[in-house]
Amino acid sequence: MNMAARIAEAHVGLTGVTRVFGSDPQTQVKALGPIELELRKGEFFAVVGPSGCGKSTLFDIVAGLSPATSGKVTFEGRPLTGSAVPDGIGVVFQEDASFPWLTVADNVAFGIRRAGLSEAEVSRRVTATLALMGLADFAKAYPAQLSGGMRQRVCIARTLVQRPRLILLDEPFGALDQQTRLIMGEELLKLWRETGATILLITHALDEAAMLADRIGVMSARPGRILDIVETPWGIERDSRVVSDPRFGDITGRLWSRLREESMAALATAGQ
Amino acid sequence: MTKDLRNHVLVLVVLLVLWQAVYLFVGDLALRSPLDTARAAFGLVRSEGFGAHLRETATAFATALAIAIVLGVAIGFALGMNRLAGEVGEPLLVSFYSLPKITVYPIVLLIFGIGMPSKVAFGAIHGIMPIAIFTLGALRNVPPVLIRTARVLRLGAWQSAWSVLFPAARPEIFTGLRLGFSLTLIGTLLGEMFASQRGLGFLLMQAIGLHDTDLIMALTSLIVLFAVLASMMLLACDRALRHGS
Repeated sequence: MNMAARIAEAHVGLTGVTRVFGSDPQTQVKALGPIELELRKGEFFAVVGPSGCGKSTLFDIVAGLSPATSGKVTFEGRPLTGSAVPDGIGVVFQEDASFPWLTVADNVAFGIRRAGLSEAEVSRRVTATLALMGLADFAKAYPAQLSGGMRQRVCIARTLVQRPRLILLDEPFGALDQQTRLIMGEELLKLWRETGATILLITHALDEAAMLADRIGVMSARPGRILDIVETPWGIERDSRVVSDPRFGDITGRLWSRLREESMAALATAGQ
Repeated sequence: MTKDLRNHVLVLVVLLVLWQAVYLFVGDLALRSPLDTARAAFGLVRSEGFGAHLRETATAFATALAIAIVLGVAIGFALGMNRLAGEVGEPLLVSFYSLPKITVYPIVLLIFGIGMPSKVAFGAIHGIMPIAIFTLGALRNVPPVLIRTARVLRLGAWQSAWSVLFPAARPEIFTGLRLGFSLTLIGTLLGEMFASQRGLGFLLMQAIGLHDTDLIMALTSLIVLFAVLASMMLLACDRALRHGS
């Protein structure tokens, strides 16, 4: 499938989305918005922004974990209320979310088993996903026996096995070292190509966004809005070698020039 | 020989040597040697009537422990699942935990009378608090990302509590159960010592009254042996629950 066909269809829409914490006008915090954003079906979209700009709030709203204060959020044309995560959305968090009391295979099977799939189907899907994620040899291991990167793979596998059409990743490689991040980034690109899912990646790492995404949304300091959307020129078959492409520096440079003032504003606010 | 086993054997040998040394120092009037104690314990176990006392204590202890576990875990969950209830209930739990339980024993006796019910109640009172406090702490220590993951995997409230919250908190709850086990045993034996006509605690009090050093030493060593073996078993389970972490 070529890129033009993949991104023709809108998958997630945000119109005038805001999020305000607290009801007292004196003390309430405007965390987000208004946000106008459209994710196209099958694209890899990254969001970068200064600390505390509301990236995670945006993530929770798109995931259906938290409601927007105002505005409209849709997934495949249906509105998201923030009370439940709809079918078709898979989420990976930054922190290790593997269940330490279950083996790798049981971790991966956890969601689909409870969704009522037959044991034969669960077994078939888990075996395929473990192979895809390079975890086949660790099926019977417990998370405590694995490295941080491997545990994050388990979490990604547990998401993928549900066959989500939209995958949300909140700084999934944030706790990993740089080399592991590059390798995991490559694997993520491979999974994206194989699954055809739409991906929304929240990250603070500009190079990660520039390497992985088709488009990068740059957020302002709190309350976070989308300041700019930067498109990358990489083809669908890209990998971590794009970091040595001269255009890579141009992209991260453009992202940083948009972010510099916002980051300073965010720091000034945090220091008050 | 594994390292663990070697350490256990070493501790046992040091304790026996110390015991023998204290015995040689204080003499026959206050103590018996390890060998004499073992002989007396063997005789006691084979004596007529011991089985009935043992059954009485075992029944009281098992009932008290079951009550302590069920109520302790239930109280811990009730307070751990509700923030306001937890904030109000925790100081009460902690203050009752630090209260010397023996001071409420007269009230327990007035409520339950002399015999099995008061022994069970007194044993359970000792065990409930630590189990509830550990359960509450265990639930609070569950990483929030696991609870978010349960939502993301579309689990309902009960499914989330049963399939994620409980297993995530289980190792710490089990540590509370280990502590609750020891304290329930103490509570049950204390109950038997002061207001009962059957059971190992009663036998011990009778032996103290008659200054029967053989019986005192034999009973004490049997109770210690049981407590240590049970504690080792529970510790092994505790470690197994943590899956190499």
